[in-house]
Amino acid sequence: MTDLSAGLPHAPRSLFEADARTRRRNAAEARFRFYGMAAVAVGILALVFLLVSILGNGLSSFRQTGIELQVTLDAAVLDKAGNRNPEDMKKVTTVGYGKIIGAALVEGLAGAGIDTSALTTKQVSALLSDEAPRRLRDMVLADPSLVGQTVPFRALASGRVDGFLKGRVTMESARLDSNVSPEQLEVVQAMKDHGMLSLAFNPSFFTNADASELRPESAGLGVAMLGSLYMMIIVLVLSLPIGVAASIYLEELAPQNRWTDIIEVNIANLAAVPAIVYGILALALFINFMGLPQSAPVVGGLVLTLMTLPTIIIATRAALKAVPPSIRDAALGVGASRMQTIFHHVLPLAMPGILTGTILGLARALGESAPLLLIGMVAFVKDYPSAPPQGFMEPASALPVQVYQWTQRADPAFVERASGAIIVLLVFLIAMNATAILLRRRFERRW
Amino acid sequence: MKPVLLCTSVLAIGAMTAGVAQARDNIQIAGSSTVLPYATIVAEAFGENFDFPTPVVEGGGSGAGRKKLCEGVGENTIDIANSSSRIKQSDIDLCAQNGVTEIMEVRIGYDGIVFASDIAGPDFAFTPEQWFNALAAEVVKDGAVVANPNKTWADVDAALPAQNILAFIPGTKHGTREVFDLNVLEQGCKGSGAYDAFVAASTGADDEAKKAEAAEKCLALRTDGASVDIDGDYTETLARIDANKNAIGIFGLSFYQNNTDKLKVAAMSGITPSVETIASGEYPVSRPLFFYVKKAHIGVIPGLKDYIEFFVSDDMAGPDGPLAAYGLVSDPELAATQAAVAAETPMGPLE
Repeated sequence: MTDLSAGLPHAPRSLFEADARTRRRNAAEARFRFYGMAAVAVGILALVFLLVSILGNGLSSFRQTGIELQVTLDAAVLDKAGNRNPEDMKKVTTVGYGKIIGAALVEGLAGAGIDTSALTTKQVSALLSDEAPRRLRDMVLADPSLVGQTVPFRALASGRVDGFLKGRVTMESARLDSNVSPEQLEVVQAMKDHGMLSLAFNPSFFTNADASELRPESAGLGVAMLGSLYMMIIVLVLSLPIGVAASIYLEELAPQNRWTDIIEVNIANLAAVPAIVYGILALALFINFMGLPQSAPVVGGLVLTLMTLPTIIIATRAALKAVPPSIRDAALGVGASRMQTIFHHVLPLAMPGILTGTILGLARALGESAPLLLIGMVAFVKDYPSAPPQGFMEPASALPVQVYQWTQRADPAFVERASGAIIVLLVFLIAMNATAILLRRRFERRW
Repeated sequence: MKPVLLCTSVLAIGAMTAGVAQARDNIQIAGSSTVLPYATIVAEAFGENFDFPTPVVEGGGSGAGRKKLCEGVGENTIDIANSSSRIKQSDIDLCAQNGVTEIMEVRIGYDGIVFASDIAGPDFAFTPEQWFNALAAEVVKDGAVVANPNKTWADVDAALPAQNILAFIPGTKHGTREVFDLNVLEQGCKGSGAYDAFVAASTGADDEAKKAEAAEKCLALRTDGASVDIDGDYTETLARIDANKNAIGIFGLSFYQNNTDKLKVAAMSGITPSVETIASGEYPVSRPLFFYVKKAHIGVIPGLKDYIEFFVSDDMAGPDGPLAAYGLVSDPELAATQAAVAAETPMGPLE
């Protein structure tokens, strides 16, 4: 108040004419506004940069180059016994099928009148993915009657050819690249002009498993998505009932004493424990002590449950606390028991808040890779786990782990895959967060 | 009350399935990140062509893999440890202590360690002595041991380009670093006469202590930022070189071969690294790659022996196989390895 009297001007002035002090204050306010805007702009810039770099790198992974071929399935090679029995036909390995596809490609090129004289047969076959023979073999073993026919087959092109169509590989880089030559790329260009080879939507990015470094073009997210789904099922089934039961007890039934205080403080602390710590705990408890299998979604799910529990308990307690005491008093007043009060009145009213907290907890668990490092989930897993509950015990991968693994690979084609996987992960996270917001908007009640 | 009941029953079922011990039918592998790509290539082909599930392959580093192998015998321990350096006596002792008495050692081939810089930069041709003089904490100059004064490669040797010394070398947890220490720094230290000068300048109690101190000084690197340890993998080294065009990085041969459009390789002691020069033993900085198999698991884990035999078969590890195509230098003595694997010969004590 002393400032006010000291600062009062002696001579009366027009209100429309700002004096020095007012101007200073206005300037300070304008500066503060600018700082705020700058802070927001930095955040937006970071987000734009992230999205541009990920979308720029990753969108191309949803499209893949394929080569249209007419493959003659020679019975003399594929079914020597001649009885169309898949058990006997399994003796022909992918090497045998590779030769058949290579021959089909050479034939196709000759048929289209493309000059391949600059290339050896091996270089021509190198345009095809190593994954193509496996697909053809699976196709033939699933339907042995195809043997002896000429079937249309879309074979994946190799990673470098795919890179050429996507602009990642150029004639200049091919000159220096030991894995592809400019002569090969000229043949690819001619194939493209003849329509033998095209970019198309790549469903195998969602259905295939991981692939080794020799065939980045066939690497997919199938096993990772299924593994993540299995873990989320386990997290949901375990953490929701445990979290809600703990919160109800702490919020509604427990006496207020030193013990409950200690528990409360520890729950808050647990929510801030770094995720890797849970991984160490899981390795010691679930794998070494309880003897659960390595790399299995059940262990991953249990770790993530431990990690998500504090988040869910905190959210649930906040939701329970927000239910006005008058509701409880009224229920108790008309003769309901404590349990009836909770299950008939308090819990239904708190449900939107609980679900929101659960979904946010699940979203965090979905994106977590650190605790999975130590339990063997950061691994090359090629086979799909079977259906639950058996599948919970079989090796699987997870989405964030797949991103981590692909960024470590030597072949540059995996950079695109990693960004593609990040896009998929982000879409899932945004969907989950949007569900949480919708639930809150739709069902939240204010008193 | 229904949802509560449902949740409880699901919980109970979950607890029951978790309690039942499961027979594992897939092979579990962990270890060296250098061997990892080769192991995944073999695992993939194995899963395709055999009736067994595809093995699960983890990275984590050679030392970590061997330690996991030695945790004991049983289905929740791994079957194979990949390793880019030979097993140590301490590992064997740990294994024996945990009941893993018989280990099979399988050498799959050789890996070269190459020195590479940005493709647009000048050409380099190194000797181990030059690397020692560029990176060591203390070097010998005019007969005296001094703190490393060299700023550019031209200071080290006038024949080299006048480019600031900046080297990205693998961190100490990598098997690659051991090879670099042994085949480059130690060789360079002895070759440049620094080792003798260190021994002479040492204040150790006796000859043994003096030699130990000198050997330690040979491997001590300068800490003024000219030598940077990379704890990540080769992709990180490549990204750093991309940002720092003056730098020289250390890579595995296979990584270099997959990125020849970005990197330029340097000769070492006059030999350019390639599959041929490494196979013949001319190129000095190379190492054997191994995997170690827990023999007690053969016959218990389905397909384990088939996998090992498939790995060392000519179709895979031979000179024309997919592993060679990826950068593995095929072992000239592969036939002996195949015979040892077929006979399930466990490894003897280390020499």
